[in-house]
Amino acid sequence: MPDKDIDTNAKAPGLIRRFLDTPPDNVGKTVAVALGLCLVASMVVSAAAVSLRPLQEKNAALDKQVNILQVAGRYQEGTDVAEAFAAFEPHVLELETGEFTDAFDPADFDDRAAASDPELSHTLDEDPAGIGRQSDYVTVYLLRDDSGALDKVILPVYGYGLWSTLYGFMALEEDGNTIYGLQFYEHAETPGLGAEVDNPRWKALWRDKELRTEDGEGALAITVGKTVPPEGRDYYVDALSGATLTSRGVNNLVRFWMSDRGFEPFLERLRAGEI
Amino acid sequence: MAQTYRSMLVDPMVDNNPITLQVLGVCSALAVTSSLQVAAVMALAVTLVTAFSSMFISALRSQIPSSIRIIVQMIIIASLVIVVDQALKAYAYEISKTLSVFVGLIITNCIVMGRAEAFAMKNPPVASFIDGIGNGMGYGLILLLVGFIRELFGSGSLFGITILPTVNNGGWYVPNGLLLLPPSAFFVIGLLIWGFRSWKPEQVEDREYRIQVVEAH
Repeated sequence: MPDKDIDTNAKAPGLIRRFLDTPPDNVGKTVAVALGLCLVASMVVSAAAVSLRPLQEKNAALDKQVNILQVAGRYQEGTDVAEAFAAFEPHVLELETGEFTDAFDPADFDDRAAASDPELSHTLDEDPAGIGRQSDYVTVYLLRDDSGALDKVILPVYGYGLWSTLYGFMALEEDGNTIYGLQFYEHAETPGLGAEVDNPRWKALWRDKELRTEDGEGALAITVGKTVPPEGRDYYVDALSGATLTSRGVNNLVRFWMSDRGFEPFLERLRAGEI
Repeated sequence: MAQTYRSMLVDPMVDNNPITLQVLGVCSALAVTSSLQVAAVMALAVTLVTAFSSMFISALRSQIPSSIRIIVQMIIIASLVIVVDQALKAYAYEISKTLSVFVGLIITNCIVMGRAEAFAMKNPPVASFIDGIGNGMGYGLILLLVGFIRELFGSGSLFGITILPTVNNGGWYVPNGLLLLPPSAFFVIGLLIWGFRSWKPEQVEDREYRIQVVEAH
């Protein structure tokens, strides 16, 4: 089949001309077309991926920073993210000891990668948050006020809800016990039901709640529940209506991360004023 | 040429709409129409992919061996989709988070394949490009209609701007949660098809069978 659309400028019947004139169903041509197309397509795709990667990484980092600013109450529309974020001190924390470690540079440390790295993580026998493996190290952020005194700590938390793993940050006041905010930056819960974890009105319920009871033992008390006992108002967050399983997931993940296996060793040091 | 460029652009809107007449691309129409903003970006992405894939396939059509033509079409479409996905992640990060997997699934959208196979393999590049734009916009039109209904009555907002203040935020409107879930798009698209075919009865398909009247003895 002759073709009108293909460029016919070639002067002599050169290699390209002869190739174009070969009927497409010729076996050799079929292989050549397949190879050539794959080569061109892979080059286009690689070029797009490589040239856009720096922008994409910047976006992902920016998104995380915006979430950290929001959970700490330092973000309004139009805030200069890089400038506001400079006030936060990132540290890589060894969960078991609650001590900061210098073994990793916080700027390069990837929490997600660490959680699946066998060298840096361990499997959980008892796994209420549904995360499978827990990293031994996580990045936490300290926010100091102008005089240099500790104002807030931002702790990464994550766990399984109904459909997805919810990734978020919890901001605690400098006493290591009072919650300032909880915010999830990545999840795939049901829109309108479980996804209401993003609802500002629900997030506001977390403000000023306390992790542990004040009397003697200091047991972990923070709970997301459907009924609030009158004596537990400081520790209970009302569950999301219509999203029992997501609420349960949030309850489990918060209690897991604030327990001895999570940030408690660090929070103990914080309460003792060692940080 | 039987069709003018104008008719290539306008026909897929109502008279030959890929969703309501050909009933193609319904899968993604269910998934991305819970909010208008996402629907609009998806419509734009599908339009661009359909237009450019049709153009490239049409330019190569006399060189494509018929034994591997579907694979060749798929490679061209898939490459374009990956480029669109990467560009969204770089320039519209928030939206790409919401669209997540559905951009990648444009590859399997029957409209793109359908236009490549039915139109681009037989027509010159410019006509194929315009045909792709037209069909992408026909798809986008339905997406926006469905998205309008689902976002307005499901979340009480349009393009994220509150129209009906919901009870959760201290207003009076009790949102219809069903409309936020994918199955509701079936109902809305079904009603749209009914509406289109009542308006344009020639779109109604012939019955595949007819009840025969048997003479009483």
